[in-house]
Amino acid sequence: MTDIRITIIDRDGVTHEVDAPTDMNMNLMEVVRSYELAPEGTIGICGGMAMCASCQCYVNSEHVLPEKSDDEEAMLAEAFNVEDNSRLGCQLHITDDMDGLEVQLAPEEL
Amino acid sequence: MIKTDILIIGAGPTGLFAVFEAGLLKLKCHLIDALPQAGGQCSEIYPKKPIYDIPGFPEVLAGELVDNLMEQIKPFQPGFTLGERAETIVKLEDDSFVVTTNKGTRHNAPIVAIAGGLGSFEPRKPLLENLAKFEDKGVAYIIKDPEVYRNKKVVIAGGGDSALDWSIFLADVASEVTLVHRRNEFRGALDSVEKVQHLKDAGKINLMTPAEIVGLNGKDHLESVVIRKTGDDSAINFEVDNFIPLFGLSPKLGPIGDWGLEIEKNAIKVDNTLDYQTNIPGIYAIGDVNTYPGKLKLILCGFHEATLMCQSAYQRIFPDKKYVMKYTTVGGVTGFDGSKKEAPKAVVKAIE
Repeated sequence: MTDIRITIIDRDGVTHEVDAPTDMNMNLMEVVRSYELAPEGTIGICGGMAMCASCQCYVNSEHVLPEKSDDEEAMLAEAFNVEDNSRLGCQLHITDDMDGLEVQLAPEEL
Repeated sequence: MIKTDILIIGAGPTGLFAVFEAGLLKLKCHLIDALPQAGGQCSEIYPKKPIYDIPGFPEVLAGELVDNLMEQIKPFQPGFTLGERAETIVKLEDDSFVVTTNKGTRHNAPIVAIAGGLGSFEPRKPLLENLAKFEDKGVAYIIKDPEVYRNKKVVIAGGGDSALDWSIFLADVASEVTLVHRRNEFRGALDSVEKVQHLKDAGKINLMTPAEIVGLNGKDHLESVVIRKTGDDSAINFEVDNFIPLFGLSPKLGPIGDWGLEIEKNAIKVDNTLDYQTNIPGIYAIGDVNTYPGKLKLILCGFHEATLMCQSAYQRIFPDKKYVMKYTTVGGVTGFDGSKKEAPKAVVKAIE
């Protein structure tokens, strides 16, 4: 079992440093949920199909991440509060090269 | 008033399967759903996506699963109130419930089973400060009557099918149609994208991309919207009569949240040691809408919960009747429509 360390700033601005496994087929949205950094029902609503934007986050660090798929691109085009560094957490698969990643959760859509 | 034995709120896979289990117990069901078709998320969000964890189905498309469930429950003739959202619930003196929808349709049943999934799908609203002030005063999220826009100046925002389709439709109705989208690219049927291109070239639709609506102005009624071009700090004030943001749907627990049910983590707390009943006797919650220790939001768990709920509902309706669960292999399936399915009988015959 291998873990990487990532920093997640929650919607209240609180910083959390958490361990994320690279061998559990997890994505960033699921890591946030597993540590309950956002209330259930406010993140990962579509279950990780890039069909809602409840797991939108801003990537603060300079990590090179995989390109956005067409689905992610299209969803971000419809989402609110989108910035240039916006990504959908559910589309970011946890890998070794994400060690040290820092992300901030986007505000909840009401 | 519609009368039934079990009133199911939500016509997703869990609600549909509850009809089957209730039918085996000779209980009638009626379903209410805010969407215009049955199937819930499976039909609305991901009909073409495969599901791999339905027992006995190595792979099934979400849309196919719904078709199969509809076929399976057909003999039990469920009633449907579709395109209406369950709004209020009242308990009568005989302990039965009356549930009324947003369109005023009334339903009466001794048992209510909430199978509401993530909630009802509501239009996603853009984050604009004074948006609520102009709702129904120039701002609408759903087009009910296109004639409202006859000879009006209309701005539509969004980049999906509904934004494209309504822009095309209103081009012939409104005096001016402006389509604003955050990207240059649109996500929709190729045909629609091409039609908008055509109408734009013909000067019948103004296209503003990449751009965003960032403000609304007006005294009582909407008078103008502020449009900002992406990558440009300047914003223009654009005179309009109507603004229609079409950003798709997102699920909200909605009015059910005000029914006096115990809510935890945006879900309804139920008794998972017994029958998935809520804190109000006679009201059950099954599938993704409920929560209990160890809850998993899986379709297969919803099926299980629906089955136990029906047994409990039966005992509530008929407290004095004795009953034991019967296998369909043994008892077959007798529909309310007179149909009967059963295992073929073996013959006892000597071979000479």
